Amino acid sequence: MTAHVLSDTGTLTGRSLRHILRSPDTIITTAVTPVALMLLFVYVLGGAINTGSDESYINYMLPGILLITIASGIAYTAYRLFLDMQGGIFERFQSMPIPRPSVLWAHVLTSLVANLASIVIVTGVALIMGFRTGASVADWLAVVGILILFTLALTWIAVIAGLSAKTIDGASAFSYPLIFLPFISSAFVPTDSMPGPVAWFAENQPVTSIVNALRALFAQQPVGNDMWIALAWCVGMLVAAYAAATAIYRKKVS
Amino acid sequence: MTTQTREPAIRVQAITKSYKDLHVLRGVDLDVAAGSIFALLGSNGAGKTTLVRILSTLLKANTGTATVHGFDVSSAPGDVRKSISLTGQFAAVDEVLTGRENLVLVAKLRHLKNPGAIADDMLARFSLADAGNRRAATYSGGMRRRLDIAMSLVGNPPVVFLDEPTSGLDPQARIEVWQTVKQLAKDGTTILLTTQYLDEAEQLADRIAILHKGTIIQNGTLAELKQLLPSAKVEYVEKQPTLEDVFLALVGDTSDTADEAAMSAGEESR
Repeated sequence: MTAHVLSDTGTLTGRSLRHILRSPDTIITTAVTPVALMLLFVYVLGGAINTGSDESYINYMLPGILLITIASGIAYTAYRLFLDMQGGIFERFQSMPIPRPSVLWAHVLTSLVANLASIVIVTGVALIMGFRTGASVADWLAVVGILILFTLALTWIAVIAGLSAKTIDGASAFSYPLIFLPFISSAFVPTDSMPGPVAWFAENQPVTSIVNALRALFAQQPVGNDMWIALAWCVGMLVAAYAAATAIYRKKVS
Repeated sequence: MTTQTREPAIRVQAITKSYKDLHVLRGVDLDVAAGSIFALLGSNGAGKTTLVRILSTLLKANTGTATVHGFDVSSAPGDVRKSISLTGQFAAVDEVLTGRENLVLVAKLRHLKNPGAIADDMLARFSLADAGNRRAATYSGGMRRRLDIAMSLVGNPPVVFLDEPTSGLDPQARIEVWQTVKQLAKDGTTILLTTQYLDEAEQLADRIAILHKGTIIQNGTLAELKQLLPSAKVEYVEKQPTLEDVFLALVGDTSDTADEAAMSAGEESR
């Protein structure tokens, strides 16, 4: 049975990717909010924000916007998983000789593809708005690698929400705090402009280190410690969420 | 239809299942002969679905053993899953996909060769060929149930569980499902179906068991069950057509796919 893990995961991923292709609005709506925020911050608020760097404001804020994109995109994963479980299709899969993890991994891989598509759209808009980077191919690979890790970590959190939600609203509502997390970080303003306790929170939450690492990569500056802290956060969240999600799943499918 | 020589396709021994203080199954025993149709009859909440979920490896029993197609459901669930298919109470189709894509999906997951050809074959067999390239969301209830059953039969599993296969169906769709079930049994498939419709059990089943409050209170052929009551008395009553007779006579007895297709095409265009 284990021999079929890959092929079954592929088949099921194909199924949920088809869902996305049939409702491309899920990718568009994922990109709309970050793009609107980007317009708001660059053309309305940005002029009054002193980032203390020579970078253009769009260069400064794009990393945070990308994280917001991912945080809003993963809500659809919880939503789709919840719908699958509500309908009979989930039980059909469970009663078939399909390796159990394949069903979840299919949703996770679909989330990855959908979020990368949204990120490409948002980055495209940012380029039109004047975002520029001299990042090398290696820098870009590092950026994409961090974004993939971040997406996987948040997606497994979404899997927890999708598995344990009681209502369809509950399945997607969990992502709101995640979307707001970047606002209390270094994503839009330097943390040293915040009052003490807030600045402390901002300095010690995952988004700040990830944003700082991405920003340094885009600006071709030394990433320093932020890279390792960012990776530790991503991998830590990923492992914890994955463990929790699979434990809930095992309990659920007995 | 029953074969005495083979061991039973389904064997349930002293299965219990409780949720805290709620004892859903209180020791169920039954055997289903290979190639036969076995009806599990019971009112809502009798535990029919719970038993089917245990036999199809979706749920674990508290105590007792069950084997399906020779495999133990708790120690060899993977082998059981290879031998069965489950059609639950709610049509387990993917509404975003077309009927054909649904069938191809199942064929691929069962690792069959030529999933496309299998899907086309099933569409033809279940009078869905014209609707094959429409999304399942546009199907009528009867079409959706037919697709559901077709998906369950991809790969010809030797044991089929049908949990209230005709609930919510109109009379014609119901008769179509009955014909399908009879044909399956004729081809050697073992079928365990649950129902709360007495006439369904009467129409289809080789054996009927009555599940009541978590135990089997009777188990036998229709003739045996009928003997439990005093012998038939002869009464003369005027034979009035039933409403079902009238309905079927008016709308035509057999499958009405064209009508259904037209109806759901109407839904689609709305």
